[in-house]
Formats: sequence, C-alpha cells, structure tokens
Amino acid sequence: MTASGFAAGPAAQAVAPGGGEAFEPLLPGLILLLPLLGFAGNGILALAAARGGAARLRSGEAGAGGEPERRLVHALPTWLGPGSVALAFVLSALNFARMAGVELHDPVIRHYWSWMATGPFTAEVALQLDQLSVIMNLIITGVGSLIHLFSVGYMREDPGYARYFCYLNLFVFFMLVLVMGAGFPLMFVGWEGVGLCSYLLIGFWFEDREKADAGKKAFIVNRIGDFGFLLGIFLLFRHLGAVDYVGVFAAAPEAFSYGDPVVTAVALLLLLGAIGKSAQVPLYVWLPDAMAGPTPVSALIHAATMVTAGVYLIARAGVLFALAPVGSAAAATIGAVTALFSATIALKQYDIKKVLAYSTVSQLGFMFMAVGAGAYVAGIFHLMTHAFFKALLFLGAGAVIHSMHHALHATHREWDAQDMRNMGDLRRYLPMTWITMGTATLAIAGIWPFAGFFSKDEIIWYTGARAEGEFAVLYAALWAIALVAAVLTAVYMTRLMVLTFHGNQRFGESEARNLHEEPVTMTVPLAVLALLAVFGGWINVPPAVHDSFFGGFGLLPMSEWLHYWLEPVTAAADGIRAAGAGPYSESAPLGGGEVLWAAVATTAAAAAILLTMRALAGREVRPADESSPPEGGLARVLHDKWYVDEAYDRVIVRPVVGASRFAWRWIDQFVIDGAVDGIGALVRGLGWAGSLLQTGQVTTYAVILALGALTILGALIL
Amino acid sequence: MTEIVFYALAAMALGGAIGVVLKSNPVASLLSMVGTLASMAGIFVLLEAHFLAAIQVMVYAGAIMVLFLFVIMLLNLGHDYEPDLRRGIGQFLAFGVVGTIAGLLARQLRGAEDNPVYQFFPGPEGMDRLLAEEGIVGAIARPLFTDYVIAFELVGLLLLVALVGAVALAKRRV
Amino acid sequence: MLTEALVLGALLFVIGMLGVLVRRNAIIVFLSIELQLNAVNLSFVALSRYLGIEGQLFVFFIMTVAAAEAAVGLAIIISIFRHYESVNVENFSLLRW
Repeated sequence: MTASGFAAGPAAQAVAPGGGEAFEPLLPGLILLLPLLGFAGNGILALAAARGGAARLRSGEAGAGGEPERRLVHALPTWLGPGSVALAFVLSALNFARMAGVELHDPVIRHYWSWMATGPFTAEVALQLDQLSVIMNLIITGVGSLIHLFSVGYMREDPGYARYFCYLNLFVFFMLVLVMGAGFPLMFVGWEGVGLCSYLLIGFWFEDREKADAGKKAFIVNRIGDFGFLLGIFLLFRHLGAVDYVGVFAAAPEAFSYGDPVVTAVALLLLLGAIGKSAQVPLYVWLPDAMAGPTPVSALIHAATMVTAGVYLIARAGVLFALAPVGSAAAATIGAVTALFSATIALKQYDIKKVLAYSTVSQLGFMFMAVGAGAYVAGIFHLMTHAFFKALLFLGAGAVIHSMHHALHATHREWDAQDMRNMGDLRRYLPMTWITMGTATLAIAGIWPFAGFFSKDEIIWYTGARAEGEFAVLYAALWAIALVAAVLTAVYMTRLMVLTFHGNQRFGESEARNLHEEPVTMTVPLAVLALLAVFGGWINVPPAVHDSFFGGFGLLPMSEWLHYWLEPVTAAADGIRAAGAGPYSESAPLGGGEVLWAAVATTAAAAAILLTMRALAGREVRPADESSPPEGGLARVLHDKWYVDEAYDRVIVRPVVGASRFAWRWIDQFVIDGAVDGIGALVRGLGWAGSLLQTGQVTTYAVILALGALTILGALIL
Repeated sequence: MTEIVFYALAAMALGGAIGVVLKSNPVASLLSMVGTLASMAGIFVLLEAHFLAAIQVMVYAGAIMVLFLFVIMLLNLGHDYEPDLRRGIGQFLAFGVVGTIAGLLARQLRGAEDNPVYQFFPGPEGMDRLLAEEGIVGAIARPLFTDYVIAFELVGLLLLVALVGAVALAKRRV
Repeated sequence: MLTEALVLGALLFVIGMLGVLVRRNAIIVFLSIELQLNAVNLSFVALSRYLGIEGQLFVFFIMTVAAAEAAVGLAIIISIFRHYESVNVENFSLLRW
C-alpha cells in the first residue's frame, strides 16, 4: 500500500474515465522553483549588501556606498521578488485553465525523486495537482504577488530590502510546497518552512528585542502544534503503512471503522497541529504578537496564507476527519470558541494591527467551524474570501501606518503610528485607502453582496445544519456562537473604521500637511483586492440563495461553482460523513431556511454597523498619550485580552523557567558538572596514587612482576 | 648409575645457584654460576642433548661468563665490595613470593611423566630413533635450516644489533 | 627422570628469582636473570626427550638471545657505572616521573 500513488510515475495518471482529455500539468515544478530562484537571487544580494555594509562600516565611510550600488540593491529585488511570484501566479493560472478544461477525478501526481526509503517507510518528493491544490496555488501566488507589489512601496526605505524579499520569496516557496506536496511528509516540510519564514519575518527588525521575542514566541508556540502533527503522521504510518495522500485516503476507510479510536487520535493530533499553525484557542497567543513584523508580512503570512494552513490540513485530511466525528466536533468547537473569544478581544484594542490580528484569529475560527462541521468546501471558500479581504485590510492598515509614520517622522512627534487613538478623520487624506478598506470591512462583516456574506453565511448554515443526529446540541450551540461572533465582527470592524478614518482629527495640522496618499505600487494592490473582496464570493452562491433576492434571482453568474470544482477532492470525505452522521438538516436549529438566516445575518451585521457608528459618532477621542485604559469591568478585561498571556506566564512559562533554572543550577551545574568534575578529580587522585608505585627502583618493579607471575600461576594452577 | 650422576649434578647446580645469590663477592658469585652452568651441561648430556651441552659449556660458561668477568674486572668490583643482600621486609616479601611460586610449581610437577599428553609425541623411543638416524647435530640442524630458517636469520640480525648497541652504549663519550 | 629435571629447573628458577629480588648489585641481579633463563633451558631440554627436537631448538635460540642481552645489558651497566660510580640498583631511580 505504501506510496502506491507514486509508483505509476508522472505520466498518464490523469486519464479521465469516459475517455475525456487527460490533464497534463504545465511545469508544476517551475511554480515552486520560481520563488525559490527569487529567494536565491535576493539572498545573494542581501548577503552581498550586508557584507558591503560591514566593509564600509569597517573602513569608516558609512553611507558612502555610492548611488549606483544602492540602486542595484534596490532594483534587483524590486523585479526579482514580485516578479518571480507573479510568474508563478501566471503558471498557476494556466494550470488552472487547463484543469478546468478537462474532467479530472483523480489527482495528478508528479513524482520527482525518492526522499527517503527505509524499510516499509517511503517518503517521496512528489507534487500533487488536484482541484484543491490548484485553488490554493492561485490564492497564494495571486494574493502573494499583490502583497509583494505592495511591499515594494512599503519597504522601499528599509535597509534590509533585499533580505525582506529573500524571506518573502522563501515563504511563498514553502507555502507552495505545503499545498502541492503529495503526502504528509512533504506537507510537513512546507509546514516547518513557513514556520521558519514566519519567525524570520516577525523578527525582521531583530534589533528590537521585543520583536525578536515575538518571533521566538511564534516559533515556540508552533512547536506544540508541530509535535502533534508529527505524531499524527507517525500514527498514520503505524496503522496504514502509507503517508502519501492517495495511499492514506484509499486505505483509511478500509482500515478504520467510523469513529475508530485510532483515527480519532490521528484526527486530534492533526488538529493540534492545525491549532498551532492557525492560531486557535489555546495556542492563538503567538499571532497577535506576530504583528511585530512588517505589515505586508502580516497580510501575507499572518492573515491570507500561512495561518490558513491548518484549515487546508483539515480539508485535505477530510477523509480522516470524517471518519472521526469526535475530531471534527473538537475542531468545530475550538473554532467557535476562538471566533467568539478573539472577537471580544478585538472590540477593545487600540492598535490597528492588533484589531486585525484578533479579527484574523476569529475568522480562522469560522473556518475551523466549517471544516469541523464537515463543510470542507465552505471552509476553503471562506479561506479564499478571507484571503482577499483580510489581505486588503492589512495592506490598508499598512498604508495608514506608513503614512502616519512618515507624517509623525516629519514632525518629530514621538507618537505610536499604529495606535488608532492617534489617527482620526484620515479619509480626507487617504481617500483610496478609506474606500478600499471600507469595502473590506463590509465584506468581512458579511454584508450582501460582498464576498464575506456568501462564505460566512455558508459556514453558519452548515454548522446549524449539523444540529441533527450526532452532537446535535453541540452544533446548535456552535451555530448560535457563530451568529454572535458574526455580529461582533461587524462591531469591531466598524469601530476600527470609525476610529481610523472618521471622527475628530487627533494629530495636528503640521502632521496633516505631511500626510499623502501612497504611491501607485501600494494603491493598485488595494484596488485589485477590493474588487476581489466585492466579487470573490460570487463563485460559490448556494442554490437556495442563488434563486432568491440575494442571488439576484439567478442573475449571479456562478452557482455553487466551488462545490462542483472541489467535488472530486471532497467527495470521499462527504460520503463518509453522510454515511456516518446522516445528511445535513434542511432547516436551521430555530427553524427557517438558508435564505431566511442569510437575511437575518446580514441584517444583524448591518444593524451592528449602524449602531456602532451611532454609538461612536460625536465621541471625542483623545490621543494615546492622553488616554488611559478602561478603568474596570468587562472593558478592562477585554482591553487586557482576558489576561490569557498573563495566565500562561503564570501557569506555564514561569514554572518552566523555574524548573529550567532548577535543572540548570542543581541538576546541570551541581549533579552533572559535579559528576564530571568528580570523575576528573577521581582519575587525578588515582593517577597520583598510582604514581606512588613508580618508585624508579628496579627491584620494586621486579617484585611486582613476580607478584603478577604468582597471580597468573595461581590462577592457572589452583 | 644415571640417576646417581643426575642427583650429583643436580646438587652441584643447586649449590652453585645458591652461591650465585648468596656470595657477596661478585667474582665468587660468578664462579658459582660457572659451576652451575657446567653441571647443567652434564645434565644435558644425561638427557641426550649433547649438542646443547657443548654449546652450554662453550658459549655460556665460556663466552658469556667471561664477558661478565671482564665487566667486573673493568669496573673494578672484585674488591671493596659490601654485602648487598636486602634485609627486612623486602627480603621477607621476596622469600614469600618465591616460596609460593616454588610450592605451586612443585604441586604441578608431580607425576609429570604420566601425563597422557605424551602419547601424541615421539617420546624417548622416537627421539632415540631420530638421534640414531641423523645424529644430534643433524637432528637439530635440519629443522633449524628448514622450518626455522627465518627465525635463525633474525637471531643473527639480533646479535648484530646487540653488538652495535653494546658498542654504542659502552663507548666512552669524548 | 623428567620429573626430577623439571623440579630442578623450577628450583633453579626460584633461586634465580630470589637473586633478582634480594641482591642490590646490578651485575649479580643480571647473573640471576641468566640463571633463570638456564632453568627454563633445563625444562625445555628435559621435555624435548618426550616432545621432540624442537625443545632443543628453543634452547638454542634462548642462548643466542641471552648472549645478545648480556652484551647490551653489560654495556648499560658500564655506562651507568660511569655516571654514578656505582652498580647498586637502589641508586638508579631515573625511571620515576
């Protein structure tokens, strides 16, 4: 069973039944290779720049590098970084078009070489092209190239320009490995690789201790999840003898019965990995801190792509999760708790990026709810729309921060450029940013007909539709939580928009004179993403909605397209889930159909937006250094993030540090070092004692010799 | 008859050996040693090893002991000597060790002739036949120049090296 | 006669060993070592009556080596005597670290 999918090699795997055309992937390896080349080129340049800088520093003519050199250090990454990703996007799109042209049921696997083969265990380096990986490719390279383009403007003046693009290209490479790898080992490679890039980019400004620590925190917290992921892979191999997708998903339904404890354990372990990577409760704490990185990084890694890897993992391993209803329910529960929990925290944050970070955690919770409810397509759908509007929000926030930073820098005012209390009324100065971010806000809030409306509605609907049969009460509760969290989303996003772009202007006139709209490299990605945030949802309109008012009575072009597209990938999992847990309910827990609840949700969101605007309108906001945190009660608790970091510090970090200190001082320094030193001292002592035997007297040696002879003789004879 | 001769020679050898150890005068010690070696040559004859008996007298008692004597004379140790027997605990220990070894050996040597291992070897009769056929010199020379020729050549080399070494060591440095 | 010869060899050997252990004069110590070698020779010759001519060959080689050893050993004693004006082994403790 091991790696049977690989054995057939790259050729002719894809003959569609019924004699249709075969799908011949177009240079799939090159999609990966392009960002890797970008990484290599930028990396060499970054090293050269660093060495040149060091040399100049030594020769004492700092900054005298010369204009041509500086231009080279800038021009090459500018083209190499976004260019390689954009080319990869073009290739992905061509592959997508080819795949759309044929009927493809089985994944196409490109086998390159055997990574390791030890006994029954084989891990292959092979790429899997199917509907899911192609969609993910499009999202990663598409959103990725827009963010790369944005970074050209955002990071223009940073001395680590080449290094930045080097890391960013490497990230795209690893992310593509993650989604295109044809088995769990390769996915794990990508998984760890993106973790590494995340670490490098969070700590990009590593001179700042706090930012370096944030990178470390992300890395260490992710270790907990990775440990689970790895154990899950081991367990799969132990029971199925395969670690490639084709082998695992073919063997799993035969090896495991529905709800088998082993497959439940596998699902829970994989879920642990997903929780770590996707920043779910209780491992979400690293993501808000990850905002220490440059804002485009937050947009790409910590909103659009890497953090959704957990959702991708669950959707990819849908067969396993469908076989393990407990694992699915756990995923959904964690998702719902996370969605609500982090939404409440986002209500009271003042740092614009922190709000977006908690919002991301919350939206990831929605995706977990979807895949936990067995609605893998809905999860991927929300992953996609979320990539559009959350990347847009982050880039918009980046534009705001960039402008504010420049304005504050020009006037030498020591204010925090990220604190929303220092902004206000920015729409007059940054109209483009305001419009695009407003679009994204409507999308994330779930207002019809923006992208988020369709994807979030689907998640809420499917969660509610599971309120029959197994775990009925649980899913009903999750459904209610999802509705509340959706409303909270509208509230905190409106608050963000109002605080940033409306209300009274907190900064002075001198700053206002220095506020400019960003250059075109930064506004174009915003505009493109805004379009996607508006129309991105139309590819997957549920049939019921499609024929109602919300679907323009059938006017929207594509009905349930994503469902049909991903059907070959999710069919097996859907079949198992339907057989085990029964079909989805036709009505929500409180009665009523999909259209009704879609209307309720969007109305509630719209009402929340209006009420929040009303509540905040006319309220005088003071700049950050003149304000104090909320004095008490729930607001204070939310402002301080439910004290989770403090609790972790008390319960986990400090005991571990204490235990480590104990281990260091007593076990290491005292016991181990003592033992080592003691052995040394013992040997010295023995040597000294032995040296006493060395009298230099021949006779003594002769006596000892005779004694030795006597001993041997005695032993032989007696 | 043979046994009487053997015991006489054995007594002489033992007496000489004790003399070697106990005589204070190095020259007297040396002469005792010559006596021992000569008696042992006699015992060799009794044991049908005539060739070795001859070499024992010529090489050992003759050449090597004369070398010792030369050295004693050269270093002028023949007079003004002091009794140099170790006293006290060292002597005690030496006698203890030596006595124990002697006891162990004696215990082991009881009835050596009856050891069943000898049936696999030629035995005295076989040896007598060999000597009758080839003579003692031939009996030794044949294996020496066939099976053991490499060892024989190496011993020659060793003697040369020892010669050079002795010269180099004893040469008075100018 | 084998047993008697072997016992004689053993006695000569332990006497020689005693000489090595109790005498201080380096030349006598050396002489005692020669005595021990001869004791072994005697055993070889006695056993060669039963075990074949090779025993006598061994004795031949031992004598040769003993001659070489005597030459070198005496040379060493001479050069030590030149240095210390003594052949008392208790005076030589150069081997100590």
